[in-house]
Amino acid sequence: MAEKLLDAQDVSVEFKIAGEYQKALHKVNLSINHGEVLALVGESGSGKSTFAMSVMGLHNPDQTKVTGSIKLNGNELIGLTERQFDQYRGVSVGMIFQDPLSSLNPLMKIGDQIAEAMTVHDKHTQQVSNRVLGLLDDVGIVDAKRVAQQYPHALSGGMRQRVMIAIALANEPDLIIADEPTTALDVTIQAQILDLIKEIQQKKNAGILLITHDLGVVAEMADTVAVMYAGQIVEKAGVEELFNHPKHPYTRSLLRADPSDVKPGETLYAIPGTVPALKDMDHNKDLFLQRVPWLDESVVNANVKDELQQVGDHHYVRGTAWQNFEFNDVTEGENQV
Amino acid sequence: MSDLIRIENLKVYYPVRSGFFNRVTDNIKAVDDVSFSIKAGQTYGLVGESGSGKTTIGKSLVGLEDPTSGTILFDGEEATTIKQKKKLNYNKDVQMVFQDSQSSLNPRRSIGEIIAEPLKSFGVPNAIGAGAGDKRSFDQDDIDKRVLELLEIVGLPARTVTQYPFQFSGGQRQRIGVARALATNPRLIVADEPVSALDLSVQAQVLNFMKKIQRDFGISFLFISHDLGVVKYMTDNIAIMHNGRFVELGTTADIFDDPRHIYTKRLLSAIPSLDVSKRDANRAYRKRVEAEFAENQAAYYEQDGLRARAYDLKQITPTHSAALKKGEA
Ligand SMILES: Nc1ncnc2c1ncn2[C@@H]1O[C@H](COP(=O)(O)OP(=O)(O)OP(=O)(O)O)[C@@H](O)[C@H]1O
Ligand SMILES: Nc1ncnc2c1ncn2[C@@H]1O[C@H](COP(=O)(O)OP(=O)(O)OP(=O)(O)O)[C@@H](O)[C@H]1O
Ligand SMILES: [Mg+2]
Ligand SMILES: [Mg+2]
Repeated sequence: MAEKLLDAQDVSVEFKIAGEYQKALHKVNLSINHGEVLALVGESGSGKSTFAMSVMGLHNPDQTKVTGSIKLNGNELIGLTERQFDQYRGVSVGMIFQDPLSSLNPLMKIGDQIAEAMTVHDKHTQQVSNRVLGLLDDVGIVDAKRVAQQYPHALSGGMRQRVMIAIALANEPDLIIADEPTTALDVTIQAQILDLIKEIQQKKNAGILLITHDLGVVAEMADTVAVMYAGQIVEKAGVEELFNHPKHPYTRSLLRADPSDVKPGETLYAIPGTVPALKDMDHNKDLFLQRVPWLDESVVNANVKDELQQVGDHHYVRGTAWQNFEFNDVTEGENQV
Repeated sequence: MSDLIRIENLKVYYPVRSGFFNRVTDNIKAVDDVSFSIKAGQTYGLVGESGSGKTTIGKSLVGLEDPTSGTILFDGEEATTIKQKKKLNYNKDVQMVFQDSQSSLNPRRSIGEIIAEPLKSFGVPNAIGAGAGDKRSFDQDDIDKRVLELLEIVGLPARTVTQYPFQFSGGQRQRIGVARALATNPRLIVADEPVSALDLSVQAQVLNFMKKIQRDFGISFLFISHDLGVVKYMTDNIAIMHNGRFVELGTTADIFDDPRHIYTKRLLSAIPSLDVSKRDANRAYRKRVEAEFAENQAAYYEQDGLRARAYDLKQITPTHSAALKKGEA
């Protein structure tokens, strides 16, 4: 088999909070092949961006411990110095960040920021400025000339996001990490951007790590889906299999909260309770089960292996609680707002 | 039912400067002559192209931007300019949840301080809800207690009160913004993409909560969102925006069941579907509608510099109007 584009094994991340290291990611295994789109979905705060930042080497080393192994085209990334990371970042890995305003330089014109990202020596040639305008055009910005001369604050949320995308794609990377790439975009531009990302991906046989809460986007883009809860992967499957035969209680609960077919008068399904704080997480358990009030304590407190169990063709699930899981609507109703 | 807020002929232009003397050479018509009103207890949806002026409308409603022209009437009183708004103590009643959660939260303040800020300015209402008129306390103990109650409502643990914005995930920061906006018991909240950073379950919690305070206290929302599934579930009325103009306006059913403007049709065709097996069929359909849009665009817009400007709205039914093409009734 060909070498994996991205191969992450047992990746754990701890943040120093109030002087103490607290675990945000526990032994995550994820791999992406050339040409594959892997969607990473899950609870807000479950560690999706934390994983992406580890691949990009963007955690502050004084405040963060990253362990395990992350290989890109066979090269180990964990433990690299800032300088060593620079040969990958923005070159073979491009990242579209979740928060476009804070990742753009407020004091630099848009056009200059895109040129800055390009791996060419002389950024002031006509060729570079044409390429900048071309990229802006690709991401659907109509008057590219004007926008290139503006500063980030003068752009709408969605325009900033598109500038970010232009920067991430500037060097046609092997791996594109897209953290909520289209949340600030209207659906027509979203469709256009997704098509563009797909096009570049197919051209270069690139891999994509797509982080999103929008399951419609997952359904449109992904080959494989990994579901994360409280710093761990709880389920992984091909996209059709995951939507049609979700197994883990968290995956099933998440899909159930989709508002698309709910009438305005009805209450939306929301998972009762909240995620535990990082310091209260015991990763030897299936932490989601604490959110299922009708389960037996013995089930909730049972120890669960880190490794996922194979339950079908390319389909993996953590723990065994899914085998007897059913929704209990009476108990849930009380927990909703 | 009376209008809580009425917006008439609102225009917001941003100057474009250029040249050696940095003179104003042109204007960006971010909002170009829009009118609408929101009734007490209702949710008005604002949907449209990225960059079409939705946030700008929101900002002029809460007083972060002075309109170039037009009027804003709140509860019958004029509140167009920032000065008029100050006089009415308007921001006690009108609050905003911002689109960009990271940059709207002061990085040097703890979460507790951020949520306490509006409580310090306008006082702690005696109960969480919506609407004015109740007694307000400026007591520090009451402020502290309310901060914790608000955190609980948005599903964040009490111990996070001392943490700083960078220590939260994107979705968690968005919830802090929601908690801050709720603090003063406003009667109108401009919610700019309030749930786009949230997973479906937390989104459901926030939307259920918004509906609950609406039911219990008659609060109104201007709900800005790109997620048409959420908009359909949340809103009573919708305006569709394109290039600073309203191209269609109606009840939620008018817009979803009988879209009349080509831009509205194009938006609706681009909603991604959860059905993986229809992936290719959906893409083909979307491309078809896009081509149709490109072909007919000239008939629905007049050229205004670089931008296509939609015609004035024409009434189709008492609730439904659209910027139809010339000669179309
Ligand atoms: N720099 C940091 N210092 C301390 N805690 C952090 C830091 N960054 C993230 N966290 C915490 O780590 C956990 C995971 O955060 P992360 O941003 O990875 O979540 P996420 O899955 O991307 O969520 P969202 O969908 O809301 O963006 C959260 O509990 C968050 O509060
Ligand atoms: N401070 C500013 N200076 C100059 N132009 C601005 C400024 N703020 C906004 N604009 C312009 O006004 C237009 C409308 O922007 P606005 O932020 O209201 O769009 P939006 O509909 O909220 O878009 P999105 O869905 O992408 O958030 C855009 O063309 C934008 O570039
Ligand atoms: Mg994130
Ligand atoms: Mg906006």
